[in-house]
Amino acid sequence: MQINVNNKPLTTNATSLAQLAAELALPEKGVAVAIGNKMVPRSLWDETALSEDMHITIIKAACGG
Amino acid sequence: MNNKLIIAGREFNSRLFLGTGKFSNNDLMARAIEASGTEMVTVAMKRIELDDATDDLLTHITKNPAIQLLPNTSGVRNAEEAVFAAQMAREAFGTNWLKLEIHPDPRYLLPDSVETLKATEELVKLGFIVLPYCQADPTLCKHLEEAGAATVMPLAAPIGTNKGLRMKDFLQIIIEQATVPVVVDAGIGAPSHAAEAMEMGADCCLVNTAIAVAGDPVRMADAFRQAVIAGRMAYEAGLGAVGNTAEASSPLTAFLNS
Repeated sequence: MQINVNNKPLTTNATSLAQLAAELALPEKGVAVAIGNKMVPRSLWDETALSEDMHITIIKAACGG
Repeated sequence: MNNKLIIAGREFNSRLFLGTGKFSNNDLMARAIEASGTEMVTVAMKRIELDDATDDLLTHITKNPAIQLLPNTSGVRNAEEAVFAAQMAREAFGTNWLKLEIHPDPRYLLPDSVETLKATEELVKLGFIVLPYCQADPTLCKHLEEAGAATVMPLAAPIGTNKGLRMKDFLQIIIEQATVPVVVDAGIGAPSHAAEAMEMGADCCLVNTAIAVAGDPVRMADAFRQAVIAGRMAYEAGLGAVGNTAEASSPLTAFLNS
């Protein structure tokens, strides 16, 4: 299906957030994921289903003061 | 006196917080963090690039297990976005500690007082330890305290300007009135500025640009470490009074004439 990750279109075979994380090789720590404007805790990634055109934000640490 | 800095029940051995922006590379940043002696280091967030999942920034920052990571909300424009960013930070970094910064204006990066207060109220209810970056406004700082902020972090001058304690008179009032630690944040451009803030009784200084853009950031971090220690020591020792007329420090008996 076609989804949107960090404002870029992405075609994925994943059907859950956990599968997407595996597909993108997200690290075990240091990242957070949101669908729309709602953060989804890692503990819920397995049961969170992806759907067509879903907007997903993935963040990590950056340098800053 | 000679008290250690305590924020939200946690004791810190250093009164210098470090920001991690603007260093030319991560190794230099890590060495500056070490040289500064800091135990509180800020970190921002960014969207990952899908073709670059590598990230060793956190390992550079948290080499010393005593270091408390302080995620910031830089980039948010209002309280609602700040709460979202805070939740993302808590999830990503596994900490409730948060440097709340809401500055919608990119030219001066001045914090939005109304949104900062609103976000502080909300984030405290959500269990965050909130350290708000704020205007050097004594009344606002009292409101932030009442809302449950763990510290107040008034600016000395706009972020990254290196101008020093332009808000000195107001910082002094904030220091006098605060019942939570006062962290002087933003605008500190030289170790002498940090020492001055500490001599005034500030509990802590947050420094980023002045160290990161120095000719030798590691030596500058050490210079700030010493300045903060010296400033605090002077405050605890009690500075002499300032006078308008001369007070002799040598005996004035005219020995040549006696």
